Amino acid sequence: MSNVTFTIDGREVSGRAGQTILKAAEASGIYIPRLCAYKNLVPHGSCRVCSVRVNGRIQAACVQTISDGMVVENDSAEIREFRTAILDMLFVEGNHYCMFCEKSGLCELQALAYRFGITAPQYPFLNPDRPVDLSHPDVYLDHNRCILCGRCVRVSQELDHKNVFQFVDRGYRKRLQVNGEALAATRLAVTDEVTASCPTGALMRKRVGYAVPIGQRPFDAQPIGAGNLQTEDSP
Amino acid sequence: MHQALVTVVEDICGRYGFDRTRMTDIVIAVQQRLGCVSTEAMEIIASKVNSHRVEVESVVTFYAFLSVKPRGRVIIRLCKDIVDWMKGYDEVADAMAKELGVTMGETTADGGITLTSTPCIGMSDQAPAALVNDVVVPNLTPERGRQVIRDLRRHLDPAQLITMVGDGNNAHPLVHSMVRNNIRRRGPVHFDGFESGCALERTIDQTPENVIATIRASRLRGRGGAGFATGQKWEFARNASGERRYVLCNADEGEPGTFKDRVLLTECPDQVFEGMTVAGYALGSDSGIVYLRGEYAYLRAFLENVLETRRRQGLLGKAILGKPGFDFDIRIQMGAGAYVCGEETALISSCEGLRGDPKNRPPFPAQKGYMGCPTIVNNVETFSAAARIMERGANWFAEMGSERTTGTKVLSICGDCRKPGVYEVPFGITARELLDMADADNPGAMLIGGPCRQMIGPERFGGQICYDDLATGGAILIFNRARNKLEIAEHYLDFFIEESCGHCTPCRVGLVLLKEVVHKVVSGAGEPSDLDYMRRLANVISQTSRCGLGQAAPNPVLGALQNFHTLYADMVSDRKLGLLSTFDLSKAVADAELRVGRMSQYV
Repeated sequence: MSNVTFTIDGREVSGRAGQTILKAAEASGIYIPRLCAYKNLVPHGSCRVCSVRVNGRIQAACVQTISDGMVVENDSAEIREFRTAILDMLFVEGNHYCMFCEKSGLCELQALAYRFGITAPQYPFLNPDRPVDLSHPDVYLDHNRCILCGRCVRVSQELDHKNVFQFVDRGYRKRLQVNGEALAATRLAVTDEVTASCPTGALMRKRVGYAVPIGQRPFDAQPIGAGNLQTEDSP
Repeated sequence: MHQALVTVVEDICGRYGFDRTRMTDIVIAVQQRLGCVSTEAMEIIASKVNSHRVEVESVVTFYAFLSVKPRGRVIIRLCKDIVDWMKGYDEVADAMAKELGVTMGETTADGGITLTSTPCIGMSDQAPAALVNDVVVPNLTPERGRQVIRDLRRHLDPAQLITMVGDGNNAHPLVHSMVRNNIRRRGPVHFDGFESGCALERTIDQTPENVIATIRASRLRGRGGAGFATGQKWEFARNASGERRYVLCNADEGEPGTFKDRVLLTECPDQVFEGMTVAGYALGSDSGIVYLRGEYAYLRAFLENVLETRRRQGLLGKAILGKPGFDFDIRIQMGAGAYVCGEETALISSCEGLRGDPKNRPPFPAQKGYMGCPTIVNNVETFSAAARIMERGANWFAEMGSERTTGTKVLSICGDCRKPGVYEVPFGITARELLDMADADNPGAMLIGGPCRQMIGPERFGGQICYDDLATGGAILIFNRARNKLEIAEHYLDFFIEESCGHCTPCRVGLVLLKEVVHKVVSGAGEPSDLDYMRRLANVISQTSRCGLGQAAPNPVLGALQNFHTLYADMVSDRKLGLLSTFDLSKAVADAELRVGRMSQYV
């Protein structure tokens, strides 16, 4: 079935026609950092962390399909700079306090920051005023940690068939909204697939936060992309 | 009360066949009827069209002209585009707010009148202008603004504000508007008269392939600004597989400083619709949509009437001009205040009843566009030109213009000049010639193509208007030497921040960060390192953003950095003692001073 051949950072890679760069790379053991991409979902193309240079132009690897002879740059100094900038933007846009977040060590945003050697963001914090929704008995939603990747919107829609989440407003005011006055008024159940889909600590199951102690979590031992997490078959 | 609401909303949903994909029309109709789309109304809509309340909310909150909470019966939207600002926006806004006794964005206590501002409404040649509900009030002065308020207080009826009507079809009873066309130069493609049906008669004699060949031979390129070859676009869509094909006309003219499509729609709608019908024939499509920006709602009844007349004439509908199998009709889709919907995939999203978010590409609209079917999206002017090409021939068209860019371009010229208005000129004309034509006033800079392009200084006034040199979708803004280019750049950043859909990180967050540093420099607190920071940040945004909006949004800043470099460089200075320049000590201790009840002795 491998009928398209192209290169990533000079290495020859093959894939199926119609496959995205991200998936073809993954199948060949090349990790392309990403946040909004998630298993079995239509690509969202929103976080732009998977930006790669394709035949000279910057494209999102999760959206762009492969073609014969395509030249992809994934790990150049320029691309690393772009990804670092985008991660920094996500950090300053919300309120992320890794040191007392129960997602620490499981958080993909934090893990990517470590991977890119980010100790402090290069941009000034925007310190937004955001709410926390604790209304649901088993799940909570902390908007401070939301990076608007849309995983929950799409998982709830495409996999749970419930449409619990959606984005409202636009631009820098864009935010996550639930289909009810608060989370408790929605059809969300703790067993829904969506409760395991959040890359950060925004959508969390209650009472299981420290079941695995900090220090023994996937990203505590190895950086993201070292085989401990492929979002294509995420935990 | 609730039952009454259910009846009204259900009736509106019924008018659109309880069709989820007509959500944009449904929420606009509810807004018009009830003054807002309340949570209750959203719940009813969701239940009637088999959607979810939060999905309806995601659409309603996307568009600036829709609201969840009630606003005034009359909404005054004062245009705050750069040209309005240059022509006295601040004074007019101040006068109107004082007369009304509210601040910008507020509604009078009796719920009668809301005063707010809005980006460019396509009236930059008659600025400052305002939309009062659907009524355009051009050429405002502080006194006229106060009079508008006094009149509205009396009758709360925007239609009664129309005391005189503009020229041409602005005086048509179905338009009945104070807007003026200001056509300063009539060219042969768009302003030379057009007999309905003349292009279609020549079209139906040919095969669809030959029609596309004719458009290709004319070398017509998209007039919206991107300049994609029209014939090629049509061919892609014709050859793509799909159950149906769609012809979409982009009349969401939102680029600040552009208003030529407004004039084309007012004066040559027949030619535009005929161009769409030609495209329908060429693609094998039976369905066209005109996406008309909410700001031009005052043209809707008139345009619907033109469509109806064309149906009666056998130029739309079944078996057009008696040709069996040639069926094509056009509907008008209203927008509701979202600049990004001028981006073709966002426009498609909006037509599908979704948030006006752009879509991921690939697939491209020609492969999978409206409702997943092959779709072309062309600008108003492109369709008008296509009709003329079918009437007079590809060679006639290709002989005009510059060597590599054929035909003419309709320009909207405004800003610091004595003759703002619409000019149809051959491609290849120089920027300097435009300045002379418009009788520019001591020009120091021009924005060719609006803020999504670059600002040029006098050393480039010799450049030509064409796709290879100074490309433009139609906007030409002139700034005199006294204007502060950095302020202009900052103004446009505010615009892009407001109009970003918020989907992708670099555009949503990066622009806010860019604005912070530009403001820091403009306000005099900038340091030399800020310029490099600004350049790198602008580069990340323009390179990694998903659609044209984010990719172009840093252009005003980058352009000012490149073409007017010393301006920024002169504004920054090294800080003494390494202190943080943005730190304001008196501000930092103000709260503490208030609490202890005395002023600090050291600030």
